[in-house]
Amino acid sequence: MIKRRLTNSEQPKGRSLWQDGLKRLGRRKLAMVCFAVIVLYFLLAGFIYFAELIDWQVGPIRWQEEVGGAYEGPSSQNKFGTDIFGQSVLRKTLYGAKISITVALCASFISIVIGVPLGTIAGYYRGVVDEIIVWVYSTLSSIPYILLILAFAVVLRDKTLFGFKLTGITSVYLAIGLTSWVGLCRLIRGEVIKHKEREYVLAAKSYGCSGARIIFRHLLPNVFHLIIIDFSLRFVAFIHAEVILSFLGLGEATRPSWGVMINDARIELSRGVWWQMVAATAAIFFISLALNIFGDALRDAIDPRLRKAA
Amino acid sequence: MTTYIIRRLLYTIPIVLGVLLLTFVLFTVVGGDVSIEIAGKNATPETIEEIREEYGLNKPLFLSWDSQFINHFKSALTFDFGRARDRELVVDKIKRGVWPSLALTVPMFFGVLIISVSLALVVAFVRGSAWDVFAVVVCVAGMSIPYLSFILLGQYFFAYKLGLFPIFFSPDLSMAEYVALPVLIGIVTGLGANVRFYRTVMLDEIRSDYVRTAFAKGLDARRVLFKHVLKNAMIPIITRVVLAIPFLFLGSLLLERFFGIPGLGYLMIEAIGSRDYFVINAMTYISAILFVIFNVITDICYGLVDPRISFD
Repeated sequence: MIKRRLTNSEQPKGRSLWQDGLKRLGRRKLAMVCFAVIVLYFLLAGFIYFAELIDWQVGPIRWQEEVGGAYEGPSSQNKFGTDIFGQSVLRKTLYGAKISITVALCASFISIVIGVPLGTIAGYYRGVVDEIIVWVYSTLSSIPYILLILAFAVVLRDKTLFGFKLTGITSVYLAIGLTSWVGLCRLIRGEVIKHKEREYVLAAKSYGCSGARIIFRHLLPNVFHLIIIDFSLRFVAFIHAEVILSFLGLGEATRPSWGVMINDARIELSRGVWWQMVAATAAIFFISLALNIFGDALRDAIDPRLRKAA
Repeated sequence: MTTYIIRRLLYTIPIVLGVLLLTFVLFTVVGGDVSIEIAGKNATPETIEEIREEYGLNKPLFLSWDSQFINHFKSALTFDFGRARDRELVVDKIKRGVWPSLALTVPMFFGVLIISVSLALVVAFVRGSAWDVFAVVVCVAGMSIPYLSFILLGQYFFAYKLGLFPIFFSPDLSMAEYVALPVLIGIVTGLGANVRFYRTVMLDEIRSDYVRTAFAKGLDARRVLFKHVLKNAMIPIITRVVLAIPFLFLGSLLLERFFGIPGLGYLMIEAIGSRDYFVINAMTYISAILFVIFNVITDICYGLVDPRISFD
């Protein structure tokens, strides 16, 4: 048999880390179902923003409307019953998705914007800069997380900073974002320290690449998957934090939020009014479950070294 | 060893200073002048001025030996946190709250620890079976249910519907009575994340060679699990356990709020409601100090359980 060289088009295509990871992820049916659930929540939040923007009076936007008497149980007309003001619980729950997703997204954004640059700088330049950054995050992480968030939320609430009045959810996502970059920063710093000594970085250095170029062109793309994994796993914690802050009266005050709904349910339960409680719990449960499962699957798919013993 | 401990303690000084700086910036610089809030709506300018004087709010922020910055450090280092909004000493409030909090969190903590470590051992032993899958599914589902819902439903069913426990704290109840249900709820809530964590720890160990050797020489499963695996899994367990201890002193914000238990969590909730920065400041500082101390203890514990770690 004569061996012949494979032509270019016949050669098996190499796959990048991302292609490979996403392909592996795609094979997991459960993870894909969870991804669909997450997308659904995001679409819902986006849809509510869109509808508010063009003033389109669909159901969730009209949550303020009285659709029945106070505390009417679930019926064919109001699927999840009504609350004390006769407002539809279903509409409030749907609207709550917007608040939760907004808070979690903004908080993630803030923590990535702070955590990633600081972690990279500390890991790449070391020295005094590193020590200062490590000191800052050691200080922050020595205060119990929930207490730190509460302290930030209490102080920032209704404050005017740089001309912005921090009301409702703004102070919530600022509080969560400003306190939760620590874990990400620590992770990125450790990874950058490891990568700094690898051949590809040394090669780039020997070509005379500047520090900024090495960081942006070489280091960041190689630690980027960690940011995505961290983001997907942390999103759940942010949603739960928002619920607790709203419950404690530090969050959204005028619009429906899942935490406020659970707070209302405290009094309602003793009257046998369970639907508001169940609706809010179910809303939180499904997104958390989906994020938990999807986050784990994502980590397994794109970072096999971190794979948990399955 | 002694030099290690001393060096380790010296490392904590910048951290404590950092915490002080952070609380100062947060509560004094960003928080601002609260004298008008304290004085109430119908206060005269004189009253407001008196309050400013008492809390030292009329002093310069920095750049003076008698500045608010220096005084903040002084009061923290001497554990003198002044008076809360209701004129009671903050320290007294904290001393009063710490016992109900500990009565709630200590049994909860040990309950979660013992149950989840034993469950994790069992689950790790039957790894890959239907039981293992079932346990993981239950854990993830349990982690996804919001904490608030657990408490609310527990209170509703066990206290309100079935009447097995008192619904709310009242002074004539014994501590065991009013703490029982919150402890139970706390244990159930904590199991999901903990079983999952310890399962991973155990699985890492159970795959090692020494376990295969132990089985190969004919030891029974119980001996291997408890004598060999558990001992080797001690490092991550100790880290988690010792670092959780400072949180025990804080009580549980949500459980205490729902059941009206007059502990530190409740104190914190009240302080948030009345924007009492003095109480929140004291709680933040004390918990940070505890955390730093227990961090040092963790490091020392490593050396005690793992002879491979040396203190150089």
